[in-house]
Amino acid sequence: MNFKRHGAALGIVAAGALLLAGCGGDPTPPGGSANSASSSSTPVDCGGKNPLSAEGSSAQKGAIDLFAQAYGQKCAGAQVNYNASGSGNGVKQFNGGQVDFGGSDSALSADKGEVSAAAERCKGNPAWNLPMVFGPIAIAYKLDGVSNLVLNGETTAKIFNGSIKKWNDPAIKALNSGANLPDKDIQVVFRSDESGTTDNFQKYLAAASNGAWTQGAGKSFHGGVGNGAEKSNGVASAVQAVDGGITYVEWSYAKNISVAKLDNGSGAVELTSDSVGKAIDNAKVKGEGNDLVLDLDALYASNTPGAYPLILATYEIVCSKGYEPDTAKAVKAFLTVAATDGQARLADKGYAPLPKAFQDKLLTAIQAIA
Amino acid sequence: MSESSATPTPAGASVDSGNTGVGGRVPSADTTPEGPISAQPVTGNKTKVRPGDRIFRGLTTGSGVLVVVLIGLIGLFLLVQAIPSIGLDQVNFLTSREWSTNDPANLRFGILDLLLVTVATSVVALVIAMPVSLGIALFLTQYAPPKLARPFAYAVDLLAAVPSIIFGLWGLYVLAPQLAPIASWLNDTLGFIPIFADGNVSSEIGGTIFTAGVVLGIMLLPIITSLTREVFQRTPVAQIEGALALGATRWEVIRTTVLPFGKAGYISASMLGLGRALGETIALTIILLAPSTTFGGSIFDGGATFASKIASASSEFNDPRSVGAYITAGLVLFLLTFLVNFAGRAIVSGKKEYR
Repeated sequence: MNFKRHGAALGIVAAGALLLAGCGGDPTPPGGSANSASSSSTPVDCGGKNPLSAEGSSAQKGAIDLFAQAYGQKCAGAQVNYNASGSGNGVKQFNGGQVDFGGSDSALSADKGEVSAAAERCKGNPAWNLPMVFGPIAIAYKLDGVSNLVLNGETTAKIFNGSIKKWNDPAIKALNSGANLPDKDIQVVFRSDESGTTDNFQKYLAAASNGAWTQGAGKSFHGGVGNGAEKSNGVASAVQAVDGGITYVEWSYAKNISVAKLDNGSGAVELTSDSVGKAIDNAKVKGEGNDLVLDLDALYASNTPGAYPLILATYEIVCSKGYEPDTAKAVKAFLTVAATDGQARLADKGYAPLPKAFQDKLLTAIQAIA
Repeated sequence: MSESSATPTPAGASVDSGNTGVGGRVPSADTTPEGPISAQPVTGNKTKVRPGDRIFRGLTTGSGVLVVVLIGLIGLFLLVQAIPSIGLDQVNFLTSREWSTNDPANLRFGILDLLLVTVATSVVALVIAMPVSLGIALFLTQYAPPKLARPFAYAVDLLAAVPSIIFGLWGLYVLAPQLAPIASWLNDTLGFIPIFADGNVSSEIGGTIFTAGVVLGIMLLPIITSLTREVFQRTPVAQIEGALALGATRWEVIRTTVLPFGKAGYISASMLGLGRALGETIALTIILLAPSTTFGGSIFDGGATFASKIASASSEFNDPRSVGAYITAGLVLFLLTFLVNFAGRAIVSGKKEYR
């Protein structure tokens, strides 16, 4: 083998790659032009610990990146290092005092001892779960000739557990009176890897299906039908490859696919920032005071007109008190920016911006951190 | 890999002379012309070992030992991590087809399905790669004019430099739709044979063992081809010329000299390729669809191999007991690859020509 020649060729390729990498990088974001939740009025008290460290859910990674960008703009030079290692790790690292706040797909669980461990970490003060990031889950499908599919919780559950096998099933027909549904097999596509999206989707099915979904929840899909594809990107491309395919996927991955409307008893609701905002506004808080734990089961089963209930809520887990003064200052500053300026471009990344009323609730809680 | 088998040869040929640098290239039969040249080093060699020799020997020994120690430690790591989880397993670890590790208190995992899918994809890959590689190697060594053979060989070797994730994406987005008609034709016409029966995943999406096997086969081409080519090139010229002198055609020359001479090397190269196929991870993770039922023996089934299963779950590893279940799968893969390589080695070492 002629190593010299290979080496030279490799060198050129590597140099080219470096050049290209130099040209890339994030474009500087345009000034915050918020849509639903804009408020530059909220004062941000910059300073304190820099950089902040955080760890947890990968579902909110994209949102945290945006928040961190906005934080760096608002407070010059301020940084947040978010390690998207999974919700379990986020809680573990937060409770161990390794990171300043944790990110998690679910609120701290008292049964697992997480609540008491967190209280210990916060020097005897309770930890708060702040639902900062909401990601709607789209029911994406591909069916030639059908562009306005409407489903409800029960039908969705039956599709995803195999009770409904054909697109022209009477149950689907009943919801789509005008549509010309073909006599085709439904090809269910699910996430083959473990995922919080699957967990929330199955929780939704359990809550909203009038008992049609008996398979339970969990990070792996229990429906027992269909084809599993790898990650969000995988399910999105798989569903586009087959006529008659249907899947559940984060909103940002469903931009080029048809998304079903959900009818929870008060009319079909399209997935938009507004309909998700409405659902968030209607979510009941089951935590006490500023601990904003959401009652998702109630949200999933609700039939508020115009609200799209199938959403994934992820929490930032913070100490109510008990931080070093430096850390408390930075955490407050970051979360304030996240709840205000950080909301600007969330919709592009497939997250839903916070509605005004809920934003106020969060800001109250953030201001109360000491 | 040729380290162990190569060492005896120079040592045996040059026990007295000690000048391995020249001995390597000279055929061992005619040592007489070397006599006067090698006489000089002999005198110095008997009395003292030069420091350069000692250092070099130390370095090579060190490298050799390092590999063995490394393999041993990897095996040990897998074993230590796997044993606690096997103890917690609620189903039979070898014969169960279940895989559910979400609840660490109720681990249910068996490797049978993973094993079958792993073997099935690798076999499909080999069935495609072996004949094609043989053809390429024969073309490059026997048919192609030297001017063409060299760039051609480079091109084949370059295939090995393509990252497997590229193969995976290409396989899923470009190749799978092209293969769909072939797959459905095979399924329609030969569907009565179990391996071509209807699969348990959607044939339109194309993430089947068949697609994965084709992509894997392409990935194996450079590995099998380059080794086979080297072996075929070593066919003794005297044998080839002898066959030609007896009036053999090009094909008869290949059949009577090249193939018998290179067969063991070819099979060994395929075994090496098989080892690679068994462990291939990311391309298969991307391509293979996970079915909701177990593997039914058809190449149009979906599934997960050992490596792809571990890769797809790795982002959510957060309990040591669940991780242990995956490590157990890794251990089985490790042993399987070990066995395959061992078999390949056994085939080669049975042949005198390669000793």
